[in-house]
Amino acid sequence: MKYQSQSVARLYFIAALGLFAGQILFGLIMGLQYVIGDFLFPAIPFNVARMVHTNLLIVWLLFGFMGAAYFLVPEECETELYSPKLAVVLFWVFLIAGALTIVGYLMVPYAALAKMTGNDLLPTMGREFLEQPLITKIGIVLVALGFLFNLGMTVLRGRKTVITSVLMIGLIGLAVMFLFSFYNPENLVRDKFYWWWVVHLWVEGVWELILGAILAFVLIKTTGVDREVIEKWLYMIIAMALITGILGTGHHYFWIGAPEYWQWLGSIFSAMEPIPFFMMTMFAFTMVRKRRRDHPNKAAVMWAMGTGVMAFLGAGVWGFLHTLAPVNYYTHGTQITASHGHLAFYGAYAMIVMCIISYAMPLIRGRVANSQKSQRTELWGFWLMSISMLLITLFLTGAGILQVWMQRYTDTPLPFMVVQDKIEIFYWLRLISGVGFMAGLGVYFWSFFIGTEEEAAKDNAQMMAMAK
Amino acid sequence: MNETFTKAMARNIFYGGSLFFILVFLGLTFHTERTLPERDHRENINEQVILGKKVWEENNCVGCHSLLGEGAYFAPELGNVYTRYGNSKEAIIGFIKSRPENGIPGRRSMPQFNLSDQELEAVAEFLKWTSEINTSNWPPNDQG
Repeated sequence: MKYQSQSVARLYFIAALGLFAGQILFGLIMGLQYVIGDFLFPAIPFNVARMVHTNLLIVWLLFGFMGAAYFLVPEECETELYSPKLAVVLFWVFLIAGALTIVGYLMVPYAALAKMTGNDLLPTMGREFLEQPLITKIGIVLVALGFLFNLGMTVLRGRKTVITSVLMIGLIGLAVMFLFSFYNPENLVRDKFYWWWVVHLWVEGVWELILGAILAFVLIKTTGVDREVIEKWLYMIIAMALITGILGTGHHYFWIGAPEYWQWLGSIFSAMEPIPFFMMTMFAFTMVRKRRRDHPNKAAVMWAMGTGVMAFLGAGVWGFLHTLAPVNYYTHGTQITASHGHLAFYGAYAMIVMCIISYAMPLIRGRVANSQKSQRTELWGFWLMSISMLLITLFLTGAGILQVWMQRYTDTPLPFMVVQDKIEIFYWLRLISGVGFMAGLGVYFWSFFIGTEEEAAKDNAQMMAMAK
Repeated sequence: MNETFTKAMARNIFYGGSLFFILVFLGLTFHTERTLPERDHRENINEQVILGKKVWEENNCVGCHSLLGEGAYFAPELGNVYTRYGNSKEAIIGFIKSRPENGIPGRRSMPQFNLSDQELEAVAEFLKWTSEINTSNWPPNDQG
């Protein structure tokens, strides 16, 4: 770690991982509710568990992105952070606001929460992923403004690099698109149309810039490849992300009442959306192959390559699977959608956050890399989580194919709940895979507590000597 | 990527390409907004439909159900529930009202939301209006 203020990222990373564990816990609860319908009913109905699961995902990824930004911006700009104190204050504001929101979801019926928090003033709640009460949404905007101000001032007074520019465009885009969460037209069709400006233009738009910037930073640091080469790749990746992703929004406009030309536009452009993810995979593997140094932190390099591969599979392949309008006509809103969502979020965003944590945390703790033993354990966590998530995806895909077959693509369609009973076995297998994921997460957490300072120093010295 | 393809070229593709497609997207949005009234039948959005959407949102219905395919996949699609229930608002209201407080042993069950008669009528009216949106024939059949 080159600048003292980078260490503020530690808080953000720890919170991110804590919330991640909460997300998985509620994922398991929902997995159980899929097979034992009355599990925890009526204390925690499915909709509440799901809200907690998805909102925790968003919040922990945001904590991860913020931690990543606080770590890499000072290093890229070659200057201390403008205000580490502001970063700490905003951290606590965001964490407490987030925790209170989750407690609100769990303790109070949602309708009562809406009343209590003034949803009548400006109704924004009760829309998928944007369930947060108005005051939480305002809080998110304020935290984002403070965060961008802090980073912006740091960037302005330091060295300008492509990585910081791309990261800043991504983060500003994230904040700007979130403003559409305050726009909730009374007309459902228009509501849905602009709702996607938050959801799609986040995950298939500006978030890819953040992902690309973090990946490029880790690759520069761990492979020692020339910055010029890395930056050229980064520009091409994010160019393809936005060129395909913006009109790719059209794949959400097939069946919500929008004009039918979106079926053509959405199909064609979203069919190209795998390209930037394929380029990310190529990018990571090519840079590692051309590396000019062997960085002792093998685990971080593994996460960097892993996020490319898994994002390509989850976002690219599984996205393409159901993105063409004639296919989507049958698969829209089935377990196929769920399977894609899981692998895409894990591969692209969960893994890039774990990648930067893997690279940055040892440095913040005063070592180049963790001990060999610790890294081996971390890689066990990597494989357990990744394989479990692949299995979750495959089982949900199986469930989805059968669901489409029995409920949609047949002359004698069966009712929703009848079909759900028939595909129950896949939900059981998914649940078991989910337990595997939780175990992987546990192993990953355990790796942080393995190995002493001396072991790390010894292993790193040995690695350095071998590299020479 | 070889030497003749420079970083400056890559940068220009990013800024130029993104800007171009943002403008195209905004243009298409403008056009969509102009053609939507024919497809969404907004002339039928009355006070009840507006209240119904609010009831839908404030009880987080989308946390279990999908509406026009978007939402959760734990409970049936409701964009066409009005037609599935034989074009009957009463059937929708009856179903919501009759949910047991403590669920059904071993099975998924919708919570009892204790909605007022006015709210029940409104949410049914909202679902009726939703079923009349021109969704290019989606879902493929009544089962949603």
